Amino acid sequence: MANVPEDLHYSKDHEWIRVEGDIGTIGITDHAQHSLGDVVYVELPKTGETFAAHESFGSVESVKAVSEIFTPVGGSITEVNETLQDEPEKVNNDPYGEAWMIRIRMSNPGEVDSLLNAAEYEDFTKAEETE
Amino acid sequence: MQRAPALSKTPLNAAHRRMGGRMVDFGGWDMPVQYPAGTVEEHLRTRTHAGLFDVSHMGEIDVKGADAIPFINRLTSNDVTKLVDGQAHYSALTTPEGTVIDDLLVYRFGPEHLLLVVNAGTTEKDWDWIESHHKDERVELKNVSANYCQLALQGPDALRILQTLTETPLDEIKYYHFRLGLVDDEHAIISRTGYTGEDGFEVYAASDRAEHLWDKILDAGNQGTPEGVLPCGLAARNTLRLEAAMALYGHEITEETTLLEANLGWICKLNKGDFIGRERLAKQKEEGVHRRLVGFEMTERGIARDDQEVLINDERVGRVTSGSPAPFLKKNIGMAYVPAEFANEGQEIQIDVRGRTVGATIVKTPFYKREKK
Repeated sequence: MANVPEDLHYSKDHEWIRVEGDIGTIGITDHAQHSLGDVVYVELPKTGETFAAHESFGSVESVKAVSEIFTPVGGSITEVNETLQDEPEKVNNDPYGEAWMIRIRMSNPGEVDSLLNAAEYEDFTKAEETE
Repeated sequence: MQRAPALSKTPLNAAHRRMGGRMVDFGGWDMPVQYPAGTVEEHLRTRTHAGLFDVSHMGEIDVKGADAIPFINRLTSNDVTKLVDGQAHYSALTTPEGTVIDDLLVYRFGPEHLLLVVNAGTTEKDWDWIESHHKDERVELKNVSANYCQLALQGPDALRILQTLTETPLDEIKYYHFRLGLVDDEHAIISRTGYTGEDGFEVYAASDRAEHLWDKILDAGNQGTPEGVLPCGLAARNTLRLEAAMALYGHEITEETTLLEANLGWICKLNKGDFIGRERLAKQKEEGVHRRLVGFEMTERGIARDDQEVLINDERVGRVTSGSPAPFLKKNIGMAYVPAEFANEGQEIQIDVRGRTVGATIVKTPFYKREKK
């Protein structure tokens, strides 16, 4: 059973965001890392780049496949988790902790309200699986 | 509403599901792409101990009759007359252009009996092709794919594990040879062949005994222990064959690529007598190929994937046929077609990885070669 922490917001693209003031910390969910399999490569943007909500900001690759990752909210990147370059396996081991991917200064913090809470995300992944 | 046609299933479908295999549509077959251990672990375990693969989706075509050998010799590029009873070889069904209908294994059971083992997705096409070339030769063709299951046990421990289930002396079976024997009292073809670059065996048995044999082999190989056999999915099968630089039909070899371009000159026996495509292949050999299949490894951060473009001196000159991380070598590798003048070890190339050009170097293949005992 995938882990879905209560204190985060979730997108239907399987990213999570932790909100502190106008800064959002973003990564991919436990469900997402599990369906990807062994992550062998993470490609992330540079600090200062800006993205609109739901725009692709990078990619995560397993042995078999490439998946784009999308920011749940718009804004400019304030920090990138460089350690994932050399230790992409962190995405499998600690998707909500050490494997955070980017920090973003949100241009419209209200966008968070349209995201899913933990219970809604859990229902969403269950519905997707039975499709 | 239109519905997709139902996926074909191997006799091990229920076993894959029971063991947590992640099932995908593979060319119309419902197959496990990986098990809970994951592709990397499955790959590494096969290199260091043993992996078990369900390859029952492969097709088998039985060829019997007085003209079996000359008939198949005319349709395939390798020399069937060189096979002895109990021997198999790698070969190709060729078009008049010297390109590839399919690659296959040809097993010789007797002077009038061969078995062709072909790819799953091309079985029907191969069957039609072979039938359409059947004129007055005295042969009886039978598609026996559904009768057989095929289990591939691969890796340095494969022989030891399989030996616990059979009295056939496995160390007497040479590479690319086979014997008929009993595996846990089930009649089987025990073939010392594989698609991983490791020593190992492919066991063909009656379909309805597949699950029994699968479980027996896993038990015999101490499944569940850190050094035991692991069931492996198609993703590991692909990365293993890629490290060994073995061609995959539809990728390195197609109806658009000739055997010589794909470095398969060693299965083109141009002097064996006439076969479909011989003339063109002989001409191409004399004139030289315009492009050639090469292996490369990435020298910059990035993973090449199938179908991405290859650049040399800023010009788009070819395409990646297979690209992937190589779990045992811990490199990112691939194979690609490039113009013949650039097909040299050490040549710097670039791969267009989704709009980003990433550096790579042409290297010697196979990328991985096991140490022979």
